[in-house]
Amino acid sequence: MTLVRETDYGTPLREAATTVTLEVDGKTVTVPTGTSVMRAAVESGVTVPRLCATDSLEPFGSCRLCLVEIEGRKGTPASCTTPAEAGMKVTTQSGKLARMRRNVMELYISDHPLDCLTCPANGNCELQDMAGVVGLREVRYGYEGSNHLHEEKDESNPYFTFDPSKCIVCSRCVRACEETQGTFALTVKGRGFASKISPGDMLFLDSECVSCGSCVQACPTATLTEKSVIEMGQPTDSVVTTCAYCGVGCAFKAELQGNEVVRMMPFKDGKANHGHSCVKGRFAWGYTTHQDRILSPMIREKITDPWREVSWDEAITYAASEFKRIQAKYGNDSIGGITSSRCTNEETFLVQKLVRAGFGNNNVDTCARVCHSPTGYGLKTTFGTSAGTQDFDSVDDADVVFVIGANPTDAHPVFASRMKRRLRAGASLIVADPRRIDLVRQPHIEASHHLALRPGTNVAVINAMAHVVATEGLIDEAFVAERCDMASFNRWRAFVSEERNSPEATESITGVPAGSVRSAARLYATARNSAIYYGLGVTEHSQGSTMVMGMANLAMATGNLGRKGVGVNPLRGQNNVQGSCDMGSFPHEFSGYRHVSDDSVRAMFEEVWGVSLGGEPGLRIPNMLDAAVDGTFKGIYIQGEDIVQSDPNTRHVTAGLAAMECVVIQDLFLNETASYAHVFLPGSSFLEKDGTFTNAERRISRVRKAIPPKAGMADWEITLALAKALGFEMSYSHPSEIMAEIARLTPTFSGVSYEKLDRLGSIQWPCNDRAPEGTPVMHVDGFVRGKGQFMLTEFVATDERTTDRFPLLLTTGRILSQYNVGAQTRRTPNVTWFDEDILELHPWDAENRGINDGDLVELASRAGATTLHARISERMQPGVVYTTFHFPGSAVNVVTTEFADWATECPEYKVTAVQVRKTSKPSEWQATQDTFRDETTRRRDRSVNRV
Amino acid sequence: METEKMVHRANEIARFWEAYPHDEALEGVAGHIRSFWEPRFRRQLVEYAQSGGVGLHTLVLEAVRLVVPRPEST
Repeated sequence: MTLVRETDYGTPLREAATTVTLEVDGKTVTVPTGTSVMRAAVESGVTVPRLCATDSLEPFGSCRLCLVEIEGRKGTPASCTTPAEAGMKVTTQSGKLARMRRNVMELYISDHPLDCLTCPANGNCELQDMAGVVGLREVRYGYEGSNHLHEEKDESNPYFTFDPSKCIVCSRCVRACEETQGTFALTVKGRGFASKISPGDMLFLDSECVSCGSCVQACPTATLTEKSVIEMGQPTDSVVTTCAYCGVGCAFKAELQGNEVVRMMPFKDGKANHGHSCVKGRFAWGYTTHQDRILSPMIREKITDPWREVSWDEAITYAASEFKRIQAKYGNDSIGGITSSRCTNEETFLVQKLVRAGFGNNNVDTCARVCHSPTGYGLKTTFGTSAGTQDFDSVDDADVVFVIGANPTDAHPVFASRMKRRLRAGASLIVADPRRIDLVRQPHIEASHHLALRPGTNVAVINAMAHVVATEGLIDEAFVAERCDMASFNRWRAFVSEERNSPEATESITGVPAGSVRSAARLYATARNSAIYYGLGVTEHSQGSTMVMGMANLAMATGNLGRKGVGVNPLRGQNNVQGSCDMGSFPHEFSGYRHVSDDSVRAMFEEVWGVSLGGEPGLRIPNMLDAAVDGTFKGIYIQGEDIVQSDPNTRHVTAGLAAMECVVIQDLFLNETASYAHVFLPGSSFLEKDGTFTNAERRISRVRKAIPPKAGMADWEITLALAKALGFEMSYSHPSEIMAEIARLTPTFSGVSYEKLDRLGSIQWPCNDRAPEGTPVMHVDGFVRGKGQFMLTEFVATDERTTDRFPLLLTTGRILSQYNVGAQTRRTPNVTWFDEDILELHPWDAENRGINDGDLVELASRAGATTLHARISERMQPGVVYTTFHFPGSAVNVVTTEFADWATECPEYKVTAVQVRKTSKPSEWQATQDTFRDETTRRRDRSVNRV
Repeated sequence: METEKMVHRANEIARFWEAYPHDEALEGVAGHIRSFWEPRFRRQLVEYAQSGGVGLHTLVLEAVRLVVPRPEST
């Protein structure tokens, strides 16, 4: 391994239809019109000294190091801010330039500590490099004058320090915060010698800083430095891999010393993130070495027994023998498995293969069941494929961005930054969300329309928008005629045109003023390019699939599909939700979304796998639990999921698990579900294995092993061992061989290989003979299903209604610093920002109940009750309360119900009728669960091997 | 599956498809249950419908005759 260092071209790449040719130090170079002289120089192989320029930021022209001479021009212009022109003859080095640069460096160094040998940036400091490049040999001004050398460090942020004594006020951090991240938390305070970088006259930790790390990355000195680098020193090796947090799928360099990670640096050539990151991917990787990690397999006969540490062989043999025993006693269909959206495509493929071919049934499901399964159903029905239509770069061409039921600044922060950049450049924004999410009003961004609908009324809103489009002549008739099924379109047009679907008629249902709906619909329909981005606020409803189809209808009717800047784009929650679905994790379909009842498809798999396969759909996760309670489902293999914490109606989940005779958990930690497990197989983190993840834009990216598996086996190897013990041997020596099988059996992946992934960096499926390098934008020449299918989307109110007993509506979601069930982020310093789930409620609702900010409150529904601390927030609308589910102690899913999407059984997390009242003690559930955990999970052998 | 839950699940499917003409709705409901419901729950639904099907949407009651699991499935 070596340390990967991307070339810094000094200024950003320009895209232009024309080019210019110039000479730099006698070398001819041709660049796109608008390219800076600095970048042209780098393109020609000449590096101009610089400090304030870096190619992730617009040129600033402040450091005066990058001066050049241009034939026929007066003076010495800054090469970063001077556009290259045809015929230019540029000289980057001369006696005059050298003297000027040395003078500049003298000034910088006269107010800089001379502690290079003990500085954390030693060996990776641009100031140090430039001092060397310009040949600085003395500082004539001395070091005794006024200086900043005794400025106090700000070490408040858990991940990086701010040492103003080392700052040269180049503004790269300020510009990174503005241009790259879009938070505007930093500024240059004061003028001249007094100028200083400031997060707003407060500590970094108390400021608006979101700890994305872009300022640290941009800093050319040691002013902003990762604490891990200060502690460990500069990395010596790096491995390019993919983040294991959200569905953006950022590319990172895992920078190492030996087998220890020093830091995670966003990879500039990553096509999903283009060198940007968020607090989770950049900094919250400490869980991989957290002391809670279990490193030895464990078994126990009963869940009330203490865990017993055993060898891999004993654990695997025990699990296999139990599964065989159960099948012999209760029947072939009495066991199943759950694949993980946090594991790789290859691992997911293996688990579903193990279930279908090894267990001999189709009882396999994945956590997409509880998040984006309606996306799969809705988009496949209307467009023909279960995936978003665009790449992330497409947002750069959007003129209207319509965000529905998503909170990208918290849940998909790197894409949110990209989106915000486009919005700052002038695109319009429509937000449909019950809460006033941050995106509604941000620095230099304000939504044109915030449709603050009542939870559960998405479909009524989208139908009302469609009504406006259909009745005001805003349909793209040519697009529809050419691309869509006309019979379904005509029926849909008649349906949405009915007066009952008008904004005026639905206003009393949705709570959104009719005028706002009309204006938003007109804005969406009349823009050159309008793009829909949506999240779980769409899918996690009783009409989740209906809403996905409603959005697809609207996009088709207005011609907003099949090119850049448009589309229907799901923002996926976990890193490999798309991939886990692609890989055949759903009980009714094989990889590539082909139904198990299709004889020809089944025959293809049977030939390769060498076994007979079932043609009936298997059990979904909630059905597995139902069947367990019924007594017909007795064993489960769960890879990397924590259904006790993440799935709805915890009482039902735990009742189902408790009724099983063999629960096998494969995970990094003893999670909540492990309390009900009989076998624990220690998993591997994303740093410890090879594979691929597929992000929300269908981008397949390599996960590369940076360090060995801490427990000895990668997750794919564990599944192989289990399969072998069950008598269904699967033989692969490397995940690349698994991908080769996936490609052989999955038409949309037929052109994918590790060799091609290494060559191209990443690939968006479909990747096949028709698209050998992948497909950034889908449905360009026609829909995958042929003609686009309009579906009727009648609004059907959820049966979850408010009552006198439960008069409020609860909706759940996520926050920036925590991730999903928090198993990873809770075990990092991210708890500095958020260490418990909080209940947000509107001041009116709080006042009516005598609740003050910070009070402990009981949150109760017909399913159960829990307690949380309250935060009074005007982000909420009256009658609606909100919380997250990141912490097991808060047990929020004890409160959510089993009402679910009609098509996919995706739970209706976004609508639960609740009551809130002050309390002084934990709920009964919380008290009993604490006791239960103490008696089971935590009562294990003291010799358990941990990190 | 608890009967009440099963009835609710099945009726929710019918409530989506009832926007369509009857024959299309019938096939929509039946096709959905055939494609996505595991045989033991299809069987439970059929048996419940055949025993009177209290609370089931009329479309579900009609559709169940189309969703009987294959005899060979367990």
